[in-house]
Amino acid sequence: MGKYYDELCEDYRFKEGMHTCINCGTCTAICPAAEFYRYDPRKIVDTVQRKDDDEIEALLKSETIWYCGECMSCLTRCPRKNGPGLVIMALRKLSTKYGFFTCSERGRQLYPLSKALNGNILKYGYCIHAESFTMKDHPEAGPVFAWHLDHREDSYARQGANYMKPGPGAMRLIAKEDLDELKAIFDVTGGTEWMETIDRFSEEKAREMGMTMDEYREYTFTHCSPGHFNNEE
Amino acid sequence: MIYQGKEKIWSDYQKEIPDDHWFYARSCIRQNFFPASEKYFLTICRDLLGKDICDNEHHTTCGGISYHSDTIPQATAMAIVARQFSLMTEAGYKNLVVSCITSFGNYTEILETWREFPEVEARVREDLWKACRREFEKPEYVAHASDLMYHFRDEIAARAKYKLVNRQTGEPLKVVEHIGCHYAKMFPHKGVGGAEYPCVLSGMVDSWGGKVIDYPERRHCCGFGFRQYLVKANRGYSIANTYKKFESMAPYHPDMIITNCPGCPYFLDRWQYVIAEMEGKTYGENGFGIPALTYEEMAGLVLGYDPWDLGLQLHQVAIEPLLDKMGVPYDPSKKYLGLNEKDLMKPELPKNLRCF
Repeated sequence: MGKYYDELCEDYRFKEGMHTCINCGTCTAICPAAEFYRYDPRKIVDTVQRKDDDEIEALLKSETIWYCGECMSCLTRCPRKNGPGLVIMALRKLSTKYGFFTCSERGRQLYPLSKALNGNILKYGYCIHAESFTMKDHPEAGPVFAWHLDHREDSYARQGANYMKPGPGAMRLIAKEDLDELKAIFDVTGGTEWMETIDRFSEEKAREMGMTMDEYREYTFTHCSPGHFNNEE
Repeated sequence: MIYQGKEKIWSDYQKEIPDDHWFYARSCIRQNFFPASEKYFLTICRDLLGKDICDNEHHTTCGGISYHSDTIPQATAMAIVARQFSLMTEAGYKNLVVSCITSFGNYTEILETWREFPEVEARVREDLWKACRREFEKPEYVAHASDLMYHFRDEIAARAKYKLVNRQTGEPLKVVEHIGCHYAKMFPHKGVGGAEYPCVLSGMVDSWGGKVIDYPERRHCCGFGFRQYLVKANRGYSIANTYKKFESMAPYHPDMIITNCPGCPYFLDRWQYVIAEMEGKTYGENGFGIPALTYEEMAGLVLGYDPWDLGLQLHQVAIEPLLDKMGVPYDPSKKYLGLNEKDLMKPELPKNLRCF
Protein backbone atom coordinates (compact mmCIF):
# COMPACT_ATOMS: atom_id res chain seq x y z
CA MET A 1 0.00 0.00 0.00
CA GLY A 2 1.05 3.58 -0.56
CA LYS A 3 1.70 6.29 2.01
CA TYR A 4 -1.38 8.29 1.07
CA TYR A 5 -3.66 5.26 1.09
CA ASP A 6 -2.43 4.31 4.55
CA GLU A 7 -3.12 7.84 5.75
CA LEU A 8 -6.59 7.77 4.23
CA CYS A 9 -7.27 4.53 6.09
CA GLU A 10 -6.72 6.37 9.39
CA ASP A 11 -9.69 8.67 8.67
CA TYR A 12 -12.92 7.20 10.04
CA ARG A 13 -14.87 8.79 7.16
CA PHE A 14 -12.73 6.77 4.79
CA LYS A 15 -13.30 3.63 6.86
CA GLU A 16 -17.04 4.22 6.62
CA GLY A 17 -17.13 5.41 3.03
CA MET A 18 -14.70 3.12 1.23
CA HIS A 19 -15.63 -0.52 1.01
CA THR A 20 -15.22 -2.48 -2.20
CA CYS A 21 -16.51 -0.38 -5.08
CA ILE A 22 -18.08 -2.40 -7.88
CA ASN A 23 -17.85 0.50 -10.35
CA CYS A 24 -21.59 0.50 -11.07
CA GLY A 25 -21.71 4.30 -11.41
CA THR A 26 -24.89 4.79 -9.33
CA CYS A 27 -23.10 7.54 -7.37
CA THR A 28 -22.31 9.44 -10.56
CA ALA A 29 -25.86 9.04 -11.83
CA ILE A 30 -27.37 10.54 -8.66
CA CYS A 31 -24.68 13.20 -8.09
CA PRO A 32 -25.75 16.88 -8.54
CA ALA A 33 -22.10 17.87 -9.05
CA ALA A 34 -21.49 15.27 -11.77
CA GLU A 35 -24.31 16.73 -13.81
CA PHE A 36 -22.80 20.19 -13.67
CA TYR A 37 -19.03 19.77 -13.42
CA ARG A 38 -16.54 17.51 -15.20
CA TYR A 39 -16.76 15.28 -12.20
CA ASP A 40 -17.20 11.56 -11.75
CA PRO A 41 -17.21 10.17 -8.19
CA ARG A 42 -17.08 6.61 -9.56
CA LYS A 43 -13.68 7.31 -11.12
CA ILE A 44 -12.38 8.95 -7.95
CA VAL A 45 -13.32 5.97 -5.77
CA ASP A 46 -11.90 3.60 -8.38
CA THR A 47 -8.63 5.53 -8.48
CA VAL A 48 -8.34 5.52 -4.70
CA GLN A 49 -9.01 1.80 -4.37
CA ARG A 50 -6.07 1.10 -6.70
CA LYS A 51 -3.89 2.39 -3.80
CA ASP A 52 -1.34 3.93 -6.13
CA ASP A 53 0.47 6.86 -4.48
CA ASP A 54 1.17 8.74 -7.70
CA GLU A 55 -2.45 8.53 -8.79
CA ILE A 56 -3.71 9.59 -5.38
CA GLU A 57 -1.27 12.51 -5.29
CA ALA A 58 -2.56 13.61 -8.68
CA LEU A 59 -6.08 13.58 -7.23
CA LEU A 60 -4.97 15.63 -4.22
CA LYS A 61 -3.59 18.28 -6.61
CA SER A 62 -6.59 18.19 -8.95
CA GLU A 63 -9.68 20.35 -9.39
CA THR A 64 -11.96 17.33 -9.29
CA ILE A 65 -11.94 16.61 -5.55
CA TRP A 66 -13.29 20.13 -4.93
CA TYR A 67 -16.40 19.78 -7.12
CA CYS A 68 -18.41 17.70 -4.62
CA GLY A 69 -21.15 19.59 -2.73
CA GLU A 70 -21.14 17.09 0.18
CA CYS A 71 -24.91 16.59 -0.16
CA MET A 72 -24.26 12.86 0.42
CA SER A 73 -26.88 11.73 -2.10
CA CYS A 74 -24.32 9.08 -3.16
CA LEU A 75 -24.33 7.55 0.31
CA THR A 76 -28.06 6.81 0.14
CA ARG A 77 -27.98 5.03 -3.18
CA CYS A 78 -24.71 3.07 -3.31
CA PRO A 79 -25.60 -0.64 -3.42
CA ARG A 80 -22.39 -1.50 -1.54
CA LYS A 81 -22.81 1.19 1.14
CA ASN A 82 -19.84 3.21 -0.04
CA GLY A 83 -19.84 6.95 0.49
CA PRO A 84 -17.89 8.73 -2.24
CA GLY A 85 -18.72 12.00 -0.48
CA LEU A 86 -16.97 10.72 2.65
CA VAL A 87 -13.97 9.61 0.57
CA ILE A 88 -13.85 13.14 -0.88
CA MET A 89 -13.78 14.64 2.63
CA ALA A 90 -10.83 12.41 3.53
CA LEU A 91 -9.02 13.35 0.29
CA ARG A 92 -9.59 17.07 0.94
CA LYS A 93 -8.11 16.65 4.42
CA LEU A 94 -4.90 15.21 2.94
CA SER A 95 -4.81 17.84 0.22
CA THR A 96 -4.99 20.52 2.90
CA LYS A 97 -2.37 18.88 5.12
CA TYR A 98 0.22 18.66 2.34
CA GLY A 99 -0.63 22.02 0.75
CA PHE A 100 -1.66 20.36 -2.53
CA PHE A 101 -4.91 22.38 -2.48
CA THR A 102 -3.05 25.40 -3.86
CA CYS A 103 -2.31 23.45 -7.07
CA SER A 104 -5.92 23.85 -8.24
CA GLU A 105 -8.20 26.86 -8.70
CA ARG A 106 -11.02 25.22 -6.73
CA GLY A 107 -8.64 24.08 -4.01
CA ARG A 108 -7.29 27.63 -3.57
CA GLN A 109 -10.81 28.66 -2.56
CA LEU A 110 -10.08 27.18 0.87
CA TYR A 111 -8.42 30.47 1.74
CA PRO A 112 -11.46 32.78 1.39
CA LEU A 113 -13.68 30.05 2.88
CA SER A 114 -11.51 29.68 5.96
CA LYS A 115 -11.23 33.44 6.45
CA ALA A 116 -15.00 33.90 6.20
CA LEU A 117 -16.38 30.86 8.04
CA ASN A 118 -13.76 30.40 10.73
CA GLY A 119 -13.49 34.16 11.12
CA ASN A 120 -17.23 34.33 11.80
CA ILE A 121 -17.16 31.42 14.25
CA LEU A 122 -14.39 32.96 16.32
CA LYS A 123 -15.84 36.50 16.20
CA TYR A 124 -19.62 35.93 16.30
CA GLY A 125 -20.02 32.29 17.38
CA TYR A 126 -21.73 31.26 14.12
CA CYS A 127 -20.50 30.34 10.62
CA ILE A 128 -22.59 33.03 8.91
CA HIS A 129 -23.37 36.49 10.26
CA ALA A 130 -25.16 39.57 8.98
CA GLU A 131 -22.29 41.77 10.24
CA SER A 132 -19.93 40.24 7.67
CA PHE A 133 -22.50 39.59 4.91
CA THR A 134 -22.24 42.14 2.09
CA MET A 135 -24.39 42.73 -0.98
CA LYS A 136 -21.20 43.02 -3.05
CA ASP A 137 -20.38 39.41 -2.25
CA HIS A 138 -24.02 38.31 -2.33
CA PRO A 139 -25.98 40.21 -4.99
CA GLU A 140 -28.37 37.25 -5.23
CA ALA A 141 -29.70 38.13 -1.78
CA GLY A 142 -31.85 40.67 -3.61
CA PRO A 143 -33.13 44.16 -2.86
CA VAL A 144 -35.20 42.94 0.08
CA PHE A 145 -32.07 41.79 1.88
CA ALA A 146 -30.22 44.98 0.97
CA TRP A 147 -33.09 46.85 2.67
CA HIS A 148 -32.94 44.46 5.63
CA LEU A 149 -29.18 44.97 6.07
CA ASP A 150 -29.59 48.76 5.84
CA HIS A 151 -32.14 48.57 8.68
CA ARG A 152 -30.78 45.47 10.39
CA GLU A 153 -31.29 46.51 14.00
CA ASP A 154 -34.91 47.54 13.42
CA SER A 155 -35.70 44.73 11.01
CA TYR A 156 -34.30 42.02 13.28
CA ALA A 157 -36.11 43.56 16.25
CA ARG A 158 -39.37 43.49 14.27
CA GLN A 159 -38.87 39.76 13.82
CA GLY A 160 -38.22 38.99 17.43
CA ALA A 161 -34.44 38.65 17.21
CA ASN A 162 -32.07 39.92 19.90
CA TYR A 163 -29.60 41.50 17.50
CA MET A 164 -26.09 41.84 18.97
CA LYS A 165 -27.41 42.11 22.51
CA PRO A 166 -26.67 39.85 25.50
CA GLY A 167 -29.12 37.12 26.52
CA PRO A 168 -30.89 34.41 24.54
CA GLY A 169 -32.46 34.71 21.10
CA ALA A 170 -31.60 34.81 17.42
CA MET A 171 -28.60 36.92 16.37
CA ARG A 172 -27.66 37.56 20.01
CA LEU A 173 -24.23 38.77 21.03
CA ILE A 174 -22.21 35.72 22.02
CA ALA A 175 -20.49 36.35 25.34
CA LYS A 176 -16.69 36.64 25.41
CA GLU A 177 -16.34 33.60 27.69
CA ASP A 178 -18.24 31.48 25.15
CA LEU A 179 -16.08 32.74 22.27
CA ASP A 180 -12.99 32.04 24.40
CA GLU A 181 -14.16 28.42 24.78
CA LEU A 182 -14.56 28.11 21.00
CA LYS A 183 -11.04 29.48 20.51
CA ALA A 184 -9.67 27.02 23.07
CA ILE A 185 -11.43 24.18 21.21
CA PHE A 186 -9.81 25.34 17.96
CA ASP A 187 -6.41 25.41 19.68
CA VAL A 188 -6.70 22.00 21.32
CA THR A 189 -8.29 20.05 18.46
CA GLY A 190 -6.16 21.21 15.55
CA GLY A 191 -8.60 23.80 14.17
CA THR A 192 -6.12 26.63 14.65
CA GLU A 193 -3.31 24.57 13.12
CA TRP A 194 -5.59 23.73 10.17
CA MET A 195 -6.30 27.45 9.58
CA GLU A 196 -2.60 28.27 9.86
CA THR A 197 -1.78 25.52 7.35
CA ILE A 198 -4.28 26.98 4.88
CA ASP A 199 -2.81 30.46 5.47
CA ARG A 200 0.81 29.33 5.10
CA PHE A 201 0.37 27.51 1.80
CA SER A 202 -1.95 30.24 0.48
CA GLU A 203 0.64 32.92 1.28
CA GLU A 204 3.26 30.94 -0.64
CA LYS A 205 0.90 30.65 -3.60
CA ALA A 206 -0.05 34.33 -3.49
CA ARG A 207 3.65 35.27 -3.62
CA GLU A 208 4.09 32.95 -6.59
CA MET A 209 1.12 34.61 -8.30
CA GLY A 210 2.43 38.10 -7.47
CA MET A 211 -0.57 39.07 -5.36
CA THR A 212 -1.12 40.61 -1.95
CA MET A 213 -3.27 38.50 0.38
CA ASP A 214 -6.24 40.85 -0.13
CA GLU A 215 -5.88 40.48 -3.90
CA TYR A 216 -5.49 36.71 -3.55
CA ARG A 217 -8.58 36.46 -1.37
CA GLU A 218 -10.69 38.47 -3.83
CA TYR A 219 -9.31 36.58 -6.83
CA THR A 220 -9.86 33.10 -5.37
CA PHE A 221 -13.36 34.11 -4.24
CA THR A 222 -14.51 35.45 -7.59
CA HIS A 223 -12.41 34.04 -10.43
CA CYS A 224 -13.60 31.10 -12.50
CA SER A 225 -11.45 29.89 -15.40
CA PRO A 226 -12.87 27.95 -18.33
CA GLY A 227 -12.75 24.15 -18.20
CA HIS A 228 -14.76 23.18 -15.14
CA PHE A 229 -18.15 22.52 -16.70
CA ASN A 230 -19.75 19.72 -18.68
CA ASN A 231 -21.34 22.11 -21.17
CA GLU A 232 -18.01 23.64 -22.25
CA GLU A 233 -16.34 22.66 -25.51
CA MET B 1 -45.09 -2.84 19.78
CA ILE B 2 -44.12 -5.81 17.61
CA TYR B 3 -44.14 -5.15 13.87
CA GLN B 4 -44.20 -7.77 11.12
CA GLY B 5 -43.73 -7.81 7.31
CA LYS B 6 -43.93 -4.42 5.60
CA GLU B 7 -44.93 -2.82 8.89
CA LYS B 8 -41.60 -3.99 10.31
CA ILE B 9 -39.66 -2.47 7.40
CA TRP B 10 -41.58 0.79 7.71
CA SER B 11 -41.13 0.82 11.48
CA ASP B 12 -37.37 1.24 10.94
CA TYR B 13 -38.15 4.67 9.52
CA GLN B 14 -40.55 5.83 12.21
CA LYS B 15 -39.39 7.99 15.07
CA GLU B 16 -40.91 7.84 18.50
CA ILE B 17 -40.35 11.49 19.23
CA PRO B 18 -40.40 12.50 22.91
CA ASP B 19 -43.27 14.79 23.75
CA ASP B 20 -41.56 17.36 25.95
CA HIS B 21 -38.42 18.85 27.56
CA TRP B 22 -35.98 19.88 24.85
CA PHE B 23 -32.74 21.83 24.65
CA TYR B 24 -32.87 24.03 21.53
CA ALA B 25 -29.87 24.75 19.28
CA ARG B 26 -30.19 27.60 16.77
CA SER B 27 -29.00 27.67 13.18
CA CYS B 28 -26.26 29.82 11.61
CA ILE B 29 -28.29 30.45 8.45
CA ARG B 30 -31.83 30.47 9.79
CA GLN B 31 -31.26 33.07 12.49
CA ASN B 32 -29.77 35.40 9.87
CA PHE B 33 -32.37 34.90 7.14
CA PHE B 34 -35.43 33.49 8.94
CA PRO B 35 -35.14 34.76 12.53
CA ALA B 36 -38.92 34.86 12.95
CA SER B 37 -39.14 31.16 12.07
CA GLU B 38 -36.93 30.31 15.05
CA LYS B 39 -39.00 32.67 17.19
CA TYR B 40 -42.26 31.04 16.10
CA PHE B 41 -40.91 27.54 16.65
CA LEU B 42 -40.61 28.55 20.30
CA THR B 43 -43.90 30.45 20.30
CA ILE B 44 -45.82 27.46 18.92
CA CYS B 45 -44.12 24.81 21.06
CA ARG B 46 -43.86 26.78 24.29
CA ASP B 47 -46.65 29.35 24.36
CA LEU B 48 -49.30 27.55 22.31
CA LEU B 49 -48.67 23.90 23.15
CA GLY B 50 -47.15 24.41 26.61
CA LYS B 51 -43.94 22.48 25.97
CA ASP B 52 -40.69 23.00 27.85
CA ILE B 53 -37.97 24.16 25.43
CA CYS B 54 -34.71 25.62 26.75
CA ASP B 55 -33.30 28.53 24.70
CA ASN B 56 -29.78 28.75 26.14
CA GLU B 57 -27.74 31.89 25.42
CA HIS B 58 -24.34 30.18 25.68
CA HIS B 59 -24.65 27.74 22.81
CA THR B 60 -23.09 28.50 19.42
CA THR B 61 -22.73 27.09 15.93
CA CYS B 62 -22.18 23.33 15.70
CA GLY B 63 -19.46 24.09 13.12
CA GLY B 64 -21.28 22.02 10.48
CA ILE B 65 -21.00 24.52 7.62
CA SER B 66 -17.26 24.92 8.21
CA TYR B 67 -16.85 21.16 8.53
CA HIS B 68 -18.61 20.54 5.21
CA SER B 69 -16.66 23.37 3.60
CA ASP B 70 -13.50 21.58 4.79
CA THR B 71 -12.19 24.56 6.76
CA ILE B 72 -12.06 22.76 10.12
CA PRO B 73 -11.01 19.20 10.96
CA GLN B 74 -13.60 16.77 12.26
CA ALA B 75 -11.97 16.82 15.70
CA THR B 76 -12.86 20.51 16.02
CA ALA B 77 -16.45 19.96 14.87
CA MET B 78 -16.79 17.10 17.35
CA ALA B 79 -15.53 19.15 20.28
CA ILE B 80 -17.85 22.06 19.41
CA VAL B 81 -20.76 19.61 19.39
CA ALA B 82 -19.53 18.07 22.66
CA ARG B 83 -19.64 21.58 24.17
CA GLN B 84 -23.29 21.91 23.09
CA PHE B 85 -23.97 18.57 24.83
CA SER B 86 -22.24 19.91 27.91
CA LEU B 87 -24.50 22.97 27.96
CA MET B 88 -27.51 20.71 27.54
CA THR B 89 -26.36 18.49 30.41
CA GLU B 90 -25.66 21.53 32.59
CA ALA B 91 -29.20 22.84 31.94
CA GLY B 92 -30.69 19.48 32.95
CA TYR B 93 -31.97 18.30 29.58
CA LYS B 94 -31.63 14.96 27.77
CA ASN B 95 -33.38 15.71 24.46
CA LEU B 96 -31.75 17.95 21.86
CA VAL B 97 -33.76 19.68 19.14
CA VAL B 98 -31.83 21.49 16.44
CA SER B 99 -33.02 24.21 14.10
CA CYS B 100 -30.64 23.31 11.26
CA ILE B 101 -30.50 20.26 8.97
CA THR B 102 -26.72 20.51 8.55
CA SER B 103 -26.52 20.45 12.35
CA PHE B 104 -28.93 17.51 12.55
CA GLY B 105 -26.69 15.60 10.12
CA ASN B 106 -23.58 16.71 12.01
CA TYR B 107 -24.89 15.63 15.43
CA THR B 108 -26.11 12.35 13.99
CA GLU B 109 -22.82 11.64 12.20
CA ILE B 110 -20.85 12.39 15.34
CA LEU B 111 -23.00 10.22 17.64
CA GLU B 112 -22.95 7.35 15.14
CA THR B 113 -19.16 7.67 14.81
CA TRP B 114 -18.74 7.58 18.56
CA ARG B 115 -21.00 4.52 18.73
CA GLU B 116 -18.86 2.72 16.17
CA PHE B 117 -15.47 4.07 17.25
CA PRO B 118 -15.60 4.58 21.05
CA GLU B 119 -11.96 5.65 21.07
CA VAL B 120 -12.97 8.77 19.11
CA GLU B 121 -15.52 9.71 21.77
CA ALA B 122 -12.88 9.21 24.46
CA ARG B 123 -10.50 11.55 22.63
CA VAL B 124 -13.21 14.22 22.25
CA ARG B 125 -13.97 14.03 25.96
CA GLU B 126 -10.29 14.64 26.66
CA ASP B 127 -10.18 17.51 24.16
CA LEU B 128 -13.23 19.21 25.66
CA TRP B 129 -11.88 18.88 29.18
CA LYS B 130 -8.52 20.28 28.13
CA ALA B 131 -10.07 23.19 26.23
CA CYS B 132 -13.03 24.12 28.44
CA ARG B 133 -12.89 22.00 31.61
CA ARG B 134 -16.26 20.61 30.58
CA GLU B 135 -17.87 17.17 30.75
CA PHE B 136 -21.08 16.00 29.11
CA GLU B 137 -23.77 13.38 28.77
CA LYS B 138 -24.80 12.39 25.28
CA PRO B 139 -28.39 13.27 24.40
CA GLU B 140 -30.92 10.47 24.71
CA TYR B 141 -32.70 11.80 21.65
CA VAL B 142 -31.76 14.19 18.84
CA ALA B 143 -34.57 15.64 16.74
CA HIS B 144 -34.74 18.22 14.02
CA ALA B 145 -37.18 21.04 14.76
CA SER B 146 -39.36 19.88 11.85
CA ASP B 147 -39.68 16.49 13.61
CA LEU B 148 -41.36 18.27 16.52
CA MET B 149 -43.65 20.26 14.24
CA TYR B 150 -44.55 16.95 12.54
CA HIS B 151 -45.10 15.33 15.94
CA PHE B 152 -47.50 18.13 16.91
CA ARG B 153 -49.17 18.42 13.49
CA ASP B 154 -52.57 17.20 14.64
CA GLU B 155 -52.56 19.50 17.66
CA ILE B 156 -51.78 22.37 15.32
CA ALA B 157 -54.52 21.23 12.92
CA ALA B 158 -56.99 21.27 15.81
CA ARG B 159 -56.16 24.93 16.42
CA ALA B 160 -56.01 25.92 12.73
CA LYS B 161 -57.67 29.16 11.67
CA TYR B 162 -56.80 28.71 8.00
CA LYS B 163 -56.21 25.61 5.93
CA LEU B 164 -53.93 24.91 3.02
CA VAL B 165 -56.96 25.21 0.79
CA ASN B 166 -57.76 27.62 -2.01
CA ARG B 167 -60.57 29.67 -0.57
CA GLN B 168 -62.01 30.51 -3.99
CA THR B 169 -62.12 26.99 -5.42
CA GLY B 170 -62.20 24.88 -2.26
CA GLU B 171 -59.39 22.77 -3.71
CA PRO B 172 -56.34 21.78 -1.63
CA LEU B 173 -53.28 23.94 -2.32
CA LYS B 174 -50.65 22.17 -4.39
CA VAL B 175 -47.53 22.01 -2.24
CA VAL B 176 -43.97 21.08 -3.16
CA GLU B 177 -42.08 19.76 -0.15
CA HIS B 178 -38.28 19.86 -0.16
CA ILE B 179 -36.32 17.92 2.45
CA GLY B 180 -32.79 19.05 3.26
CA CYS B 181 -30.23 16.47 2.10
CA HIS B 182 -28.62 15.92 5.49
CA TYR B 183 -31.97 15.14 7.14
CA ALA B 184 -31.95 11.49 6.05
CA LYS B 185 -29.64 10.87 3.09
CA MET B 186 -26.72 10.04 5.39
CA PHE B 187 -28.62 8.14 8.08
CA PRO B 188 -32.03 7.18 6.65
CA HIS B 189 -33.26 5.57 9.88
CA LYS B 190 -32.88 8.92 11.68
CA GLY B 191 -35.48 10.70 9.55
CA VAL B 192 -39.25 10.21 9.65
CA GLY B 193 -39.92 8.04 6.60
CA GLY B 194 -36.23 7.59 5.72
CA ALA B 195 -34.43 9.05 2.71
CA GLU B 196 -36.68 7.72 -0.04
CA TYR B 197 -40.10 8.42 1.51
CA PRO B 198 -39.58 11.16 4.08
CA CYS B 199 -42.94 12.27 5.43
CA VAL B 200 -41.85 14.87 7.94
CA LEU B 201 -43.12 17.72 5.74
CA SER B 202 -45.74 15.88 3.70
CA GLY B 203 -47.33 14.77 6.98
CA MET B 204 -47.80 18.42 7.97
CA VAL B 205 -49.22 19.30 4.55
CA ASP B 206 -51.69 16.40 4.71
CA SER B 207 -52.80 17.34 8.21
CA TRP B 208 -53.32 20.98 7.32
CA GLY B 209 -55.40 20.42 4.21
CA GLY B 210 -52.92 20.69 1.32
CA LYS B 211 -51.98 18.25 -1.40
CA VAL B 212 -48.34 17.25 -1.89
CA ILE B 213 -47.01 17.28 -5.45
CA ASP B 214 -44.84 14.36 -6.50
CA TYR B 215 -42.49 15.53 -9.26
CA PRO B 216 -39.41 13.98 -10.90
CA GLU B 217 -36.70 15.96 -9.09
CA ARG B 218 -38.38 15.92 -5.69
CA ARG B 219 -35.32 14.52 -3.91
CA HIS B 220 -32.69 16.50 -5.85
CA CYS B 221 -30.46 18.78 -3.76
CA CYS B 222 -31.42 22.48 -3.64
CA GLY B 223 -27.89 23.26 -4.78
CA PHE B 224 -26.33 24.67 -1.60
CA GLY B 225 -23.28 22.41 -1.80
CA PHE B 226 -21.51 24.45 0.93
CA ARG B 227 -18.40 25.77 -0.94
CA GLN B 228 -20.45 25.62 -4.17
CA TYR B 229 -22.60 28.50 -2.91
CA LEU B 230 -20.36 30.16 -0.35
CA VAL B 231 -17.68 30.98 -2.94
CA LYS B 232 -18.96 33.52 -5.46
CA ALA B 233 -17.12 31.88 -8.37
CA ASN B 234 -18.99 28.59 -7.81
CA ARG B 235 -22.58 29.79 -7.57
CA GLY B 236 -23.46 28.52 -11.05
CA TYR B 237 -23.62 25.09 -9.40
CA SER B 238 -26.14 26.31 -6.88
CA ILE B 239 -28.49 28.07 -9.28
CA ALA B 240 -28.22 25.28 -11.90
CA ASN B 241 -29.42 22.69 -9.41
CA THR B 242 -32.27 24.85 -8.17
CA TYR B 243 -33.21 25.66 -11.78
CA LYS B 244 -33.43 21.93 -12.47
CA LYS B 245 -35.92 21.58 -9.63
CA PHE B 246 -38.02 24.56 -10.78
CA GLU B 247 -38.23 23.21 -14.32
CA SER B 248 -39.26 19.82 -12.95
CA MET B 249 -41.96 21.17 -10.62
CA ALA B 250 -43.31 23.90 -12.93
CA PRO B 251 -45.70 21.68 -14.98
CA TYR B 252 -47.54 20.85 -11.73
CA HIS B 253 -48.23 24.56 -11.00
CA PRO B 254 -47.40 24.51 -7.28
CA ASP B 255 -48.99 27.13 -5.04
CA MET B 256 -46.13 27.00 -2.56
CA ILE B 257 -42.90 25.23 -1.59
CA ILE B 258 -42.10 24.19 1.96
CA THR B 259 -38.69 23.20 3.25
CA ASN B 260 -37.03 22.02 6.45
CA CYS B 261 -33.44 23.05 5.75
CA PRO B 262 -31.89 26.46 6.48
CA GLY B 263 -30.42 27.07 3.04
CA CYS B 264 -33.15 25.51 0.92
CA PRO B 265 -35.87 28.16 1.44
CA TYR B 266 -33.28 30.87 0.81
CA PHE B 267 -32.06 29.31 -2.46
CA LEU B 268 -35.54 28.33 -3.64
CA ASP B 269 -36.61 31.93 -3.02
CA ARG B 270 -33.56 33.92 -4.17
CA TRP B 271 -32.69 31.88 -7.24
CA GLN B 272 -36.23 32.56 -8.53
CA TYR B 273 -35.37 36.26 -8.25
CA VAL B 274 -32.06 35.77 -10.08
CA ILE B 275 -33.60 33.62 -12.85
CA ALA B 276 -36.33 36.25 -13.33
CA GLU B 277 -33.80 39.09 -13.50
CA MET B 278 -31.37 37.21 -15.78
CA GLU B 279 -33.79 35.42 -18.09
CA GLY B 280 -37.16 37.08 -17.52
CA LYS B 281 -38.63 33.76 -16.47
CA THR B 282 -41.02 33.46 -13.51
CA TYR B 283 -42.54 30.29 -12.10
CA GLY B 284 -45.70 31.57 -10.36
CA GLU B 285 -48.84 33.06 -11.87
CA ASN B 286 -48.94 36.55 -13.43
CA GLY B 287 -45.24 37.32 -13.10
CA PHE B 288 -44.99 36.27 -9.45
CA GLY B 289 -42.76 33.50 -8.13
CA ILE B 290 -43.66 30.41 -6.11
CA PRO B 291 -43.46 31.32 -2.40
CA ALA B 292 -40.91 29.11 -0.59
CA LEU B 293 -41.66 28.85 3.13
CA THR B 294 -40.16 27.30 6.22
CA TYR B 295 -42.36 24.81 8.09
CA GLU B 296 -42.77 27.30 10.95
CA GLU B 297 -43.96 29.96 8.50
CA MET B 298 -46.49 27.50 7.09
CA ALA B 299 -47.61 26.46 10.58
CA GLY B 300 -47.80 30.11 11.61
CA LEU B 301 -50.11 30.97 8.70
CA VAL B 302 -52.32 27.96 9.48
CA LEU B 303 -52.52 29.10 13.11
CA GLY B 304 -53.47 32.64 12.10
CA TYR B 305 -50.38 34.61 13.10
CA ASP B 306 -49.76 37.90 11.27
CA PRO B 307 -47.69 37.28 8.10
CA TRP B 308 -45.38 40.20 8.90
CA ASP B 309 -44.82 38.90 12.46
CA LEU B 310 -43.76 35.63 10.80
CA GLY B 311 -41.13 37.50 8.78
CA LEU B 312 -42.63 36.80 5.36
CA GLN B 313 -41.62 40.29 4.20
CA LEU B 314 -38.01 39.04 4.11
CA HIS B 315 -38.75 36.77 1.16
CA GLN B 316 -37.86 38.14 -2.26
CA VAL B 317 -40.77 36.22 -3.82
CA ALA B 318 -44.04 37.97 -2.95
CA ILE B 319 -46.09 36.04 -0.41
CA GLU B 320 -49.34 37.95 -1.03
CA PRO B 321 -50.75 35.64 -3.76
CA LEU B 322 -50.53 32.72 -1.32
CA LEU B 323 -52.15 34.74 1.47
CA ASP B 324 -55.00 35.66 -0.90
CA LYS B 325 -55.52 32.02 -1.86
CA MET B 326 -55.64 30.92 1.79
CA GLY B 327 -57.78 33.88 2.80
CA VAL B 328 -55.23 35.06 5.36
CA PRO B 329 -55.82 38.76 6.15
CA TYR B 330 -52.88 41.17 5.99
CA ASP B 331 -52.24 44.89 5.92
CA PRO B 332 -50.02 45.77 2.91
CA SER B 333 -49.14 49.14 4.44
CA LYS B 334 -47.48 47.41 7.44
CA LYS B 335 -45.29 45.01 5.47
CA TYR B 336 -42.02 46.88 5.90
CA LEU B 337 -42.65 48.71 9.18
CA GLY B 338 -40.41 48.25 12.19
CA LEU B 339 -41.42 47.82 15.80
CA ASN B 340 -44.12 50.26 16.93
CA GLU B 341 -44.81 50.95 13.26
CA LYS B 342 -41.48 52.72 12.79
CA ASP B 343 -40.98 53.80 9.17
CA LEU B 344 -38.08 51.84 7.67
CA MET B 345 -38.83 52.90 4.07
CA LYS B 346 -39.22 50.13 1.48
CA PRO B 347 -36.90 47.90 -0.52
CA GLU B 348 -36.39 48.51 -4.21
CA LEU B 349 -38.46 46.25 -6.43
CA PRO B 350 -36.90 43.73 -8.81
CA LYS B 351 -37.24 44.54 -12.51
CA ASN B 352 -38.87 41.30 -13.64
CA LEU B 353 -40.06 39.37 -10.59
CA ARG B 354 -43.37 40.87 -9.50
CA CYS B 355 -43.29 42.01 -5.87
CA PHE B 356 -44.96 44.47 -3.52
